[in-house]
Amino acid sequence: MIVVAISGAMLVTGAILAMLRVEKGPSMLDRVIALDMITSILIIGVALEAAWNRRLDTVPILVALALVGFIASVTVARYAAVEPEEEARIKTPEEVAADDAEREALEEAIAAHEAGEDEL
Amino acid sequence: MSWDLAFDIAAGICFLAGGFLSLAAGVGVRRFPDLLARMHAGTKPQVLGVILGLAGYGFRVRSGPIIWTLLLVGLFQMLTAPVAAHMVGRAGYRTGKVDQDLLAVDELTMDLNEAREQTDQPD
Repeated sequence: MIVVAISGAMLVTGAILAMLRVEKGPSMLDRVIALDMITSILIIGVALEAAWNRRLDTVPILVALALVGFIASVTVARYAAVEPEEEARIKTPEEVAADDAEREALEEAIAAHEAGEDEL
Repeated sequence: MSWDLAFDIAAGICFLAGGFLSLAAGVGVRRFPDLLARMHAGTKPQVLGVILGLAGYGFRVRSGPIIWTLLLVGLFQMLTAPVAAHMVGRAGYRTGKVDQDLLAVDELTMDLNEAREQTDQPD
């Protein structure tokens, strides 16, 4: 019981730290290795839960995770390109609001234009 | 001390070691400065951590067919993790994510320069 709690706490802490790296970046490759690590931690976590309850029905999950876990990194790495610094970070709420306002203004302009065409 | 208890203790030790590896890898991935160092940290739970977790599970359930399935899981993990790491490392090198100042020796660049010199020479 205590062993399960300690191991689970260490797994969750490791996953949270990896998640922080996913949020921070700075490049998509950093994010993808952190996500790969979270997949491995998930495998250990499923094994821990199955060992605690002595259940056998979650073993196919382990097989599936071990088989397909690498596809995400291979795909991202295959199509990775040199990305500008500006695009590699997550936008601040102010920037998202500014982008939204710009898009709405554009949509309104298009709607007004179409209404004008109908009148002709 | 019965065998059941001994196996359960072995399972507990395996899970504690696997959990510690995950924690250490999380700290490494969070704090290391560049892509290759983060890859180094991130692969710790990917192979040894997963194998320790599967060994712990095997010690706990102690049934024949399950052990073989777990061996298969470990085998798949060891087959696929290097493929992913190779692709990520290659993409990182080609897109300039590898910081030359942090490397002690960069054999790939040395070999590439050598190959370039050889192909540039006239026949």
